Amino acid sequence: MRAAVIVFPGSNCDRDLAVAFKAAGAEVTMVWHKDTTLPDGIDIVGLPGGFSFGDYLRCGAIAANSPICRSVIAHAERGGYVLGICNGFQILTETGLLPGTLLRNVQLKFISKTIGLQIGSTDSAFTADYCADQILQIPVAHHDGNYTADAQVMARLLGDDRIAFTYVDNPNGSDGSVAGILSQNRRILGMMPHPERAFDPQHHSADGQRLFASLMSQMAPV
Amino acid sequence: MKARVHIMLKNGVLDPQGEAVRHALGTLGFEGVEGVRQGKVIELDLIETDRAAAEKRVGEMCEKLLANTVIETYHVEFI
Repeated sequence: MRAAVIVFPGSNCDRDLAVAFKAAGAEVTMVWHKDTTLPDGIDIVGLPGGFSFGDYLRCGAIAANSPICRSVIAHAERGGYVLGICNGFQILTETGLLPGTLLRNVQLKFISKTIGLQIGSTDSAFTADYCADQILQIPVAHHDGNYTADAQVMARLLGDDRIAFTYVDNPNGSDGSVAGILSQNRRILGMMPHPERAFDPQHHSADGQRLFASLMSQMAPV
Repeated sequence: MKARVHIMLKNGVLDPQGEAVRHALGTLGFEGVEGVRQGKVIELDLIETDRAAAEKRVGEMCEKLLANTVIETYHVEFI
């Protein structure tokens, strides 16, 4: 597996994500946001957590319009895999690659804690190695994780089994307790919780490890 | 030419910040405020002198970057 991790000014989980990809056996290239092309042969692009461009304007809005994102969108449109975590999820909704958006947490507080995360769909390369309805312990750390989409989008996500993760105990007011969603072709995952902060036995939990292992074994050729 | 872009959350989209401001106003004794919606104003200094061309261009800026039309509406005034 060849992975590219995009680095924006203000990204702060880029190295964690690279370490998690590498631990799963991937070859990882870090790509700066001003670059215009991805390296050849990339299977998956990782959009890391953080506060790209200081969250100015809206979380992820400026990153979504950065030069490299045009290549990320082209990669996705070719059927390439994309994993957006936290700020990466916000960037994915701003590009339009995933529907809906992430609003300020309903109680207006930054939430940083490990939460119960339930598998909503095992029908993706990201989640295939988990069990249906399995509950993981994964950290969240966000101020704007309140997933919001109109009723038609929510119905489509539910009907197409595209809700990859839900919160056991909704911490931020997300519609339908949504914590992560898949694209229509099931190759783009956006999620607020941080599996890359829970993949090592020395972490509080290693429940995120299987996501990266699952990707390694389940990804179809682009 | 100066364009002033007003961006507001669409009706029906929960505005937790507006709600917090409403509560704070109540705490300060300002009664009778039934709702608060918080938006933003962006001013653009444009080189363009043709009003129609500027309207078109600023509309594109709003659609592409300044507003997220999934949750926000915008309107532009020229001053």
